[in-house]
Formats: sequence, structure tokens, C-alpha cells
Amino acid sequence: MLKTSKAPSIIVDGVRKTFVIKHTHSFKETFIGFLKRKKLHSEFNALNDISFVVNEGESVAILGYNGSGKSTLLKTISGVLRPDAGRVLTRGRVAGLIEVGAGFHPDLTGRENVYLNAAILGMNKQEIEARFDEIVAFSEIGEFIDNEVKHYSSGMFLRLAFSVAIHTELDILLVDEILSVGDAPFREKCRKKIRELIEQGKTMVVVSHDTGTVKDLCDRGIVIRKGKQVFDGPVNDAIEMLKS
Amino acid sequence: MPVVTSQTSFDEREFQTPGTGKGIFDVFKYRYLLSLLLKKGIATRYHGSVLGWVWSYVRPAAQFLMYYLVIGVILQVNRGVEAFPVYLFSGIVAINLFTEALRNATTAIVDNKALVKKIYLPRELFPISAVGVALVHFLPQAAILLVVALFVGWTFSFVQVAAFLLGMLIIVIFALGLGLFFGAINVAYRDARNIVDIILMFATWASPVLYTWDMVHDRAPSWLFELYMINPVTSAVELFHNAFWLPVVSNDPVRPDMLWANAGWGLLIAIGTLVIGQLVFKKLEGSFAQNI
Repeated sequence: MLKTSKAPSIIVDGVRKTFVIKHTHSFKETFIGFLKRKKLHSEFNALNDISFVVNEGESVAILGYNGSGKSTLLKTISGVLRPDAGRVLTRGRVAGLIEVGAGFHPDLTGRENVYLNAAILGMNKQEIEARFDEIVAFSEIGEFIDNEVKHYSSGMFLRLAFSVAIHTELDILLVDEILSVGDAPFREKCRKKIRELIEQGKTMVVVSHDTGTVKDLCDRGIVIRKGKQVFDGPVNDAIEMLKS
Repeated sequence: MPVVTSQTSFDEREFQTPGTGKGIFDVFKYRYLLSLLLKKGIATRYHGSVLGWVWSYVRPAAQFLMYYLVIGVILQVNRGVEAFPVYLFSGIVAINLFTEALRNATTAIVDNKALVKKIYLPRELFPISAVGVALVHFLPQAAILLVVALFVGWTFSFVQVAAFLLGMLIIVIFALGLGLFFGAINVAYRDARNIVDIILMFATWASPVLYTWDMVHDRAPSWLFELYMINPVTSAVELFHNAFWLPVVSNDPVRPDMLWANAGWGLLIAIGTLVIGQLVFKKLEGSFAQNI
């Protein structure tokens, strides 16, 4: 893959994220637990001392099994979660293909939802207006754009949501398990679009279980196991490492 | 352990730390999104109901009728206060604005769960747009109040407009401050919502909506009366009385002599509440996505 510049785009530095699990849910339980000298809460590190730098134009896969902390890591990059130690720095606009459609409201029309969600993803009015037709065309929604979203089929819903997200003005794209939506032709279309973004030199971080997708889109892989970073290198080696 | 940042050379000024914003001041940067959130709040508020926004008028009308019959006629406050209906309604619209704004703002974060969990945007936008929806809700009610007041002889003066605007400002700031505070706590402890419900129950009775301020003056010890008068909601209600009711009465009613000074205090307390609310909100914001 072509690398035009070596300037860092994402810096993840010594990041730790600790979740506190409460074992009691009311004053009564806390009080009784206290009397019985039970542990009232326990902690676990979802991420432990993760450090890497992603340069501009690079596309990196984050690999790991369920519960390894991949999505948590992605959320600290997007800003949804804040690390408990270390820091994350990003340069440019970050957009996430993370559970697209989160901002969709079923009672609004497709058109209204496009505007609302594009704005949620950080676009301003002019940018949305300029891209509106492209978004609708990509989603293949056609005349249904002025219908309320609650009448959409789940496929239509996902296509529109994905289309909004992929057309966001961005420098860094975070992708979480998104390529498993829609039917085969639409999936292929999405993949093509993402490849297009890579060619434009956008920085990309992909979380996926699908090794085929990962090999196809990324040239570097970071393997996380139980919150710890165990490998950082070429994507094929990373996949081997994951399987071992 | 920050190893990377000490080894790599880069210009830190070009970078942002994700998940950090400027709090309520981000409103200016995100004003387009805020306008869309407002529109969404207004459009979906009465979605699926046949009467829709008519409910915004039916509710205060029913409230007014009930209070007027019970407090005005049965308990005879009607006799002591000239133009009691106008007096009562100006209080009710003020309290309704406060109730609506605070209740919406408190649940705003939890109501937008899906977004808070998945996408970062300054979370203050949700309570702020909730207060905005309450304000949009309030203005037609104030318009009706004005029409009624005009019928009974209301005339324009700048002091009245100033009193109205200041009263509105105090309520909005105070409700937003409390809303940020309780809304942030509500994410981890849903008890906050119940506390707000109790506050709202008190709000109607702890300000001179259904009776006049001098009744408190005559009965309460002076420290309690002072406390009662610097309550920002009391200040706002009295300002509304000055704006709508005072111009339509002929016999000079006794007005609290410190009304404008108390309004100043009310505004200060409201701003203080907003500062505390914002600080608490910022402090707890980092854990919203994991606790919600």
C-alpha cells in the first residue's frame, strides 16, 4: 500500500482502561455485604498499557477474540470512553463506522435522519447539502427517502445509516464489525467504498473477526489478548499470531 | 507509561484529545446540530397523538382551572387578589417552564443512550436542547397569557418586558444548571430522577404561584422569608407577576420591596448552579458510556 506521508495520525500512549464492577445494587445489599465483609466491587483492566502510533494513510487492523478489549480500544480513540491512564491523541476529523444508525430516530423521515446523523457525525449544513444526493444514491433508498424510517426494512435502514456514515467528511475512519451488514452486493459496494477511502490516503482502524476482510483492507495488525497488546506488525503475521 | 510521546517527534498542537470538549460553550461550535436536535425534539414530542401540540395548551388550561376553583374559589384567595386569574396564570406558566425544562434536562442523557454509548459529541448538547424544547413549548403559553392580559387592560412598558425576559432567563439558567447536575448523576443512579420529581413538587408551592408573597411574610420567621425570597423560582415568578399582572390591577398591591434586588440574587444563584452543574457534569461525563 502506498504511504505518502509519515506524520502520525493517531497516538495511543500507555492507555489503561479499568472497569469497576459493582456487586451490590442497593443500599441494603451494600450494607449487608459490608457486614458480611464481602467484596463490594471488583476491577478489571479492559485495556492495559496499550501503545502504538498510526501514521497518516495507514490502515491498521485490531485483532483479538471476544472480550479482548478491541471495541473498548476503538471507543477510547473515538472519545466515547476516556482512558484511566495514558493518553490518546488524534489529528484531524475522526468518524466512526461504529454501530451505524445509533442516532436514527424512527419517527423522522429518511431525509431528516440523514441531516441529523450527518450533523451528529460532525458535518455542517453546507457539507451535508453538497453530499445529500450522493448519500441517497449510495443507499439505494430512492423515493422512500421521505418516508418515516420506522417503515423501512432492516436492510434499507442499515444501507441508509451506513451511507451517511461513509460519506462523512473525515481524516480518520474507525470501523467496527460493520462489514457484516446488508446483502452480498451491498457489502461488496461498502468494501469498495472503504478501499477508495484508503486510496485517498485516509487513516483507518478496523476491528473485525473476519480475517478475509482484514487481509483485504489492512497492511498492519495489532493483536490484543485480554487487554494486553501482544503483537504489532504485518497483518498476515498478526493473523497467524491470533490463531496460535 | 507514556513512552511513545517521548520517543516520537511531533507537533502536539496539531492533535486533539478525543472525548474532551468545552462544555456548554461548545454550543456555538455545534449550533447547527443543536438546531437539528431541537427540531427533532419538537417534531417527535407529540408524535402519534392526534391533537399533538394542542396538548401543550390543554394541560396548563386544566391546571389553571383546577387551581382557580380550589385555591381561588373554594379557599377564597380570589377575594384578596385583584385579577386573580391573571395572577395565577402568570405563575403557572413560569412554573411550567421550570418543570418542563428541568424534567427534560434530567433525563436527556439517558434518553439519548444509543448516541452516548457509541458516538462522541459534547453531551451537554442533550440537556441544552431539552431545555430549548421546553422554551419552545413555553412561548405560546406566554403569548396566550399576554392576550388575556391585553383584554383586561395590559399596556406596554419596557420595564415589564425586561421583567419578563429576566424571569425567563433566571428559570432557563437555573433549570439547566440543576438539569446538568441531576442528569449527570442520573446516568449511574436513577434515584436522581426521583429527587427531581420531589423538587418539582415543591417548586409550585415554594414560590408565590397560588398565594401572594405577603402571606409568607406575615407567617414565616424572617430568615425563612429571606430564604424564600432569594429562591430563583420565586424571583422569576414575581418578575412574571410584575410583567403581566401588576399592569392590569388598579389598586396598588404591596410588592416585595426588594424585588429587583432579589431577582439579581436569583440570577446569581442560577448562574452559580449552572457552574456547579457543569463542573459535576464534566467530572462524571467520562464514565457516561460505561454506566448508562
